[in-house]
Amino acid sequence: MSEHAVSSPEITFAHPPAEGTGRIWKVFWILSVITIVELVLGFGLAKDWYGDPEKSSGLILFVKGVICILSLAKAFYIVGVFMHLGDEIKNFVMTIVVPLLLFIWFIAAFLWDGDSWKNLRNRYQEKLPAKTEQVAPAAKEHGAKD
Amino acid sequence: MSTAAVQHNTKWWAGGKSPFNASYGKVMMWYFLMSDAFTFGAFLISYGTIRFSQNYWPDPNTVFNAFPGFGHQDLPLAFVSLMTFILIFSSVTMVLAVHEGHKMNRKGVEKYMILTIIGGIGFLACQAWEWTHLLTGEHIAMLNDGSLSVVPTTVSTNPWGPAVPHESISAALQATPHDKLVEIAGTLHHGGAAHHDMSALSSAELVNMIQASSDLHVTKTGPVAFGGYFFGITGFHGFHVLSGVVINVIMWIKTRLGHFDQRGHYEMIEKAGLYWHFVDLVWVFVFLCFYLI
Repeated sequence: MSEHAVSSPEITFAHPPAEGTGRIWKVFWILSVITIVELVLGFGLAKDWYGDPEKSSGLILFVKGVICILSLAKAFYIVGVFMHLGDEIKNFVMTIVVPLLLFIWFIAAFLWDGDSWKNLRNRYQEKLPAKTEQVAPAAKEHGAKD
Repeated sequence: MSTAAVQHNTKWWAGGKSPFNASYGKVMMWYFLMSDAFTFGAFLISYGTIRFSQNYWPDPNTVFNAFPGFGHQDLPLAFVSLMTFILIFSSVTMVLAVHEGHKMNRKGVEKYMILTIIGGIGFLACQAWEWTHLLTGEHIAMLNDGSLSVVPTTVSTNPWGPAVPHESISAALQATPHDKLVEIAGTLHHGGAAHHDMSALSSAELVNMIQASSDLHVTKTGPVAFGGYFFGITGFHGFHVLSGVVINVIMWIKTRLGHFDQRGHYEMIEKAGLYWHFVDLVWVFVFLCFYLI
C-alpha cells in the first residue's frame, strides 16, 4: 500500500492492490451463471414451459419476479466489486445508496398508475360514446349514417 | 478488508482530510452516475407504465428472435445473450485494466484497455445489426382499416400485434390495394419472381399467390409505443456505450503516452472504468425490461 500513490495528501486511502485477480474472475463467473439462469428462465417464458399464459399468469409473474431479483443480484456484484463501491467508506456509500431508495416508490407508484389507467380505460371506454358523437344532435345523425 | 481498521475511529469531518477518503473526481463521477441512473430509471419506469396500461403488449421473444446468418429461424434470446456476454466480458477486461493500473503496470493497462474497446465496438456492431434488422424487417400486418400491409418496426409503426386468425385473412386481402399486394407477395417470395413481374399480375392472381404461401402469418398492428421505447432506450444506452468507447480510447492513448506514469497514479483509468461498468449495469436492466420479461 505504501508504494501505491494517491492523488492528494488529504486522501489517506486508496484501494490496496489486490493480491491477485481471483475476486474479479469469481465475480465474472457469478455474473455469467446468473445470466445463464436468467436466460433459461426467459427461454421457458418463450416456450410456455410454465403453462398456458392465460391460465398460469400467477406462476409466470413469479418467474418474472425471480428474474428481476437475479438482475438485482447482478447489479449488486457489478457495483460492489467491479466498481469497488464495497471498498469505499461507509459514509460515501450511503450518499449513493440512500437516494437510490427513491426507486422503490418510483417503480411501485408508476406501475400501479399504468395498471389503473388500463383498468379505467377498459371499464369506461365502451360505455362512453366517442366524443365526436356527443357534441350535437346533428353530429349524432351523421354518426348513425355510417 | 485490510482497510477496515483504518476506517474506524477516524474523525472524517474534523478537517485536514477528504471526508469520503476519495478524490473529488471520483466522488463526482459517482454522483454523475447516480443521476444518470435516475435518468435511465425514469425512462425504463415510463416504459413500464405504458406497458402496464396496455391490454396487449408484444412478446419480446417473437420480436427479438433473429440471429445474423440464421435467416428466419426462431431463436429467441440468442442474439441478446451474445450482446450481454460481450458487455460482461468487456467489464471484466476493464476491471483488469484498473487492477493493472493499481500495480502501475503500463503494458497491462494498455492491453486490457484495447480488449475493453474491442468489446465495446463489438457490442455497438451487434446493436447496429439488430436495429437494422428491425427497421428493415418486413412483416405482414392488418391495419386498422382492415387491409393488409408490409410494416417494419419503427418509432411510428409496430407489426407485432395479436395474430389474425387464418379464416379472416381472405377478407382482408380483398380490402388490400394492388400496390400493397405486390409488396406482400414480394416478402413471401424472396428470390422468386422479381418485383416488376409481381406488379404485372392482377389483384386476384396476387391474392391466390399470397394465400398459397405457407409462410403467411398475419398479425394486427401492435402498440406504437413499443418501437419508441425500444429505440429510445436502447439508443440512449448505445450512445452511452459509444461515449464510453471514446473515453476508453482517450484513456488508452494517454496511457500509451505515459501521462499516468508521470502523474504517479492511474486514477483516470478507475474513473473511466466506473463509467464503463455503469454502462454494463444499465444493460442488465435494459436486457431485463426489453428482452427477458
